[in-house]
Amino acid sequence: MRALTWQGKHDVRVETVPDPQIINPRDAVIRITSTAICGSDLHLYDHTIPGMKGGDILGHEFMGEVVEVGDSNKKLKVGQRVVVPFVIACGDCFFCKKQQFSACDNSNPAETTDASEIAYGYPMAAAFGYSHLTGGYSGGQAEYVRVPYSDVGPLVVPDGIEDDQVLFLSDILPTGWMAAVNCDIEPGDVVAVWGCGPVGLFSIQSALLLGAHRVIAIDHHPHRLELARQLGAEIIDFEQVRVREALAEMTGGIGPDACIDAVGMESHGMTPDNILDHVKVKTFMATERIHALRQVILATRKGGRVSIPGVYGGIADKFPLGALMEKGLTIKSGQTHVQKFMPELLQMILDGKIDTTFLISHHLDLEDAALGYKNFKEKQNEYTKVVLRPGMGRGPLH
Amino acid sequence: MAERITQTRGGDAPLSSANNPDARAAGLDVDVDGDGDELVGRTVSINRPRQELYEFWRDVRNLPLFMENIESVTVLEGGRSHWVVRGPATTQLEWDSEITEDLPGELIAWRSTEDASVRNSGRVEFRDSANGRGTVVTVTVTYEPPAGKLGKAFAKIFRREPKIQARQELRRFKQLMETGELPTAAMSLNAEIEEA
Repeated sequence: MRALTWQGKHDVRVETVPDPQIINPRDAVIRITSTAICGSDLHLYDHTIPGMKGGDILGHEFMGEVVEVGDSNKKLKVGQRVVVPFVIACGDCFFCKKQQFSACDNSNPAETTDASEIAYGYPMAAAFGYSHLTGGYSGGQAEYVRVPYSDVGPLVVPDGIEDDQVLFLSDILPTGWMAAVNCDIEPGDVVAVWGCGPVGLFSIQSALLLGAHRVIAIDHHPHRLELARQLGAEIIDFEQVRVREALAEMTGGIGPDACIDAVGMESHGMTPDNILDHVKVKTFMATERIHALRQVILATRKGGRVSIPGVYGGIADKFPLGALMEKGLTIKSGQTHVQKFMPELLQMILDGKIDTTFLISHHLDLEDAALGYKNFKEKQNEYTKVVLRPGMGRGPLH
Repeated sequence: MAERITQTRGGDAPLSSANNPDARAAGLDVDVDGDGDELVGRTVSINRPRQELYEFWRDVRNLPLFMENIESVTVLEGGRSHWVVRGPATTQLEWDSEITEDLPGELIAWRSTEDASVRNSGRVEFRDSANGRGTVVTVTVTYEPPAGKLGKAFAKIFRREPKIQARQELRRFKQLMETGELPTAAMSLNAEIEEA
């Protein structure tokens, strides 16, 4: 099959690789119909997350048609259309039973759990196409993908609905939704969202659906701010105004009740030696890179809530701990428990309450994936979301 | 006995977490030098009934399924078994082991026989979680490494990172029992065979 493979920093290529097979009895093999490039894929593209190997197949936002199922999978049937969560979760462990799927204790193979066990105290769950720290599973920017525990993760979607309407159930819609849920929104609340990338935009949508009185969005790309405004947010261009002062003024001097950091930072490495190296070598950069989170914590009202869907991997310097404690803030964060939120979000899509198709700026053939990465990275204002479709036919750019 | 294993000078913490654990206090039969390196303990919670976990472990032929260095375990007479362990390159280590304590559903303890080239002993305990979190499984193992060439080979397999070895094995046991399979990122059966 054809698949987008990682070769090194800023070097991804579509190559011919062996087709995936059923290996474990609960597996399924999916023929990919649509797969997206995620902002977090750019961390791999920039090689700021360690644990990548040449030839790794990227991609953790994908959907398609079931073409093969393992012997003990009694749930999926060949021919069904499914959206697959980026988090790989077994459904059987303590964490999965609590619906904390992104904390699954079993999906990460034993031999790849040591790094996160040492760095974080307990091993992380596995994810598709996201380095060997999260299992080294091949991703979905390919013609086919092997899906483990396929009786738990994949969500069957009805015929007659377009891929574009449901593809983002795989990651960014539930991620934006969980970010808003983590704000514990109360009537009258003002929610501020840093970052109007896909997750930030879906956080805005979700916060309004969950009853926020107002949402204020912060970014500097004009097109992304315009999308935020169209969703119903008030907007702040951080290059034009002093953000904290603006937020205080816009909230009558009280401050936003809840703030969402949908920016995150380039990971500083997930292995202990990498973390220490980065802290030692790049201390100055580290202080810069949590700029958004620091601003979030200082801007949130006393007794307010901070939600962090943005990705962090290492150790932050100059974290405003005093402001956190003295103001009595509540922080909630984490990789998304995708499986938990998918069914209700699908229903909201089917009911017409959520539309995610506005986000897609470009459809490309899988063969053009490398170009998609390059443009998604370099033309952020224009390239809000790239969807790859195997077999779609290559565009006029080639 | 199960009571002994929890006795440390560190309050309620298990012996395996002590700075200087004493194998004898853990109810294990091997004399260790006292530097603490040879005693390894690890606890996991497994979301399956205690009896089922005990029975799977008690059938020692199952152990190679989740202990990656073990080539085979053959059942002999009288609670004894023969262990073949893969060493570096093409070397193999072999020894006989006997079960010294066997409380169905609760505890299995074993030690190598007198003439074993690698003296070792261990115990696995199965307890119902008091707060409804399945079965709490604790494994404690000691090794007395042999001298010479054999010792070096042995050290390469077991002693470089014995804690990592122990936690990976126990993790595989948990994965197998909870999900019915061992997770793998392999894309094809051929690749998996090559890796193994």
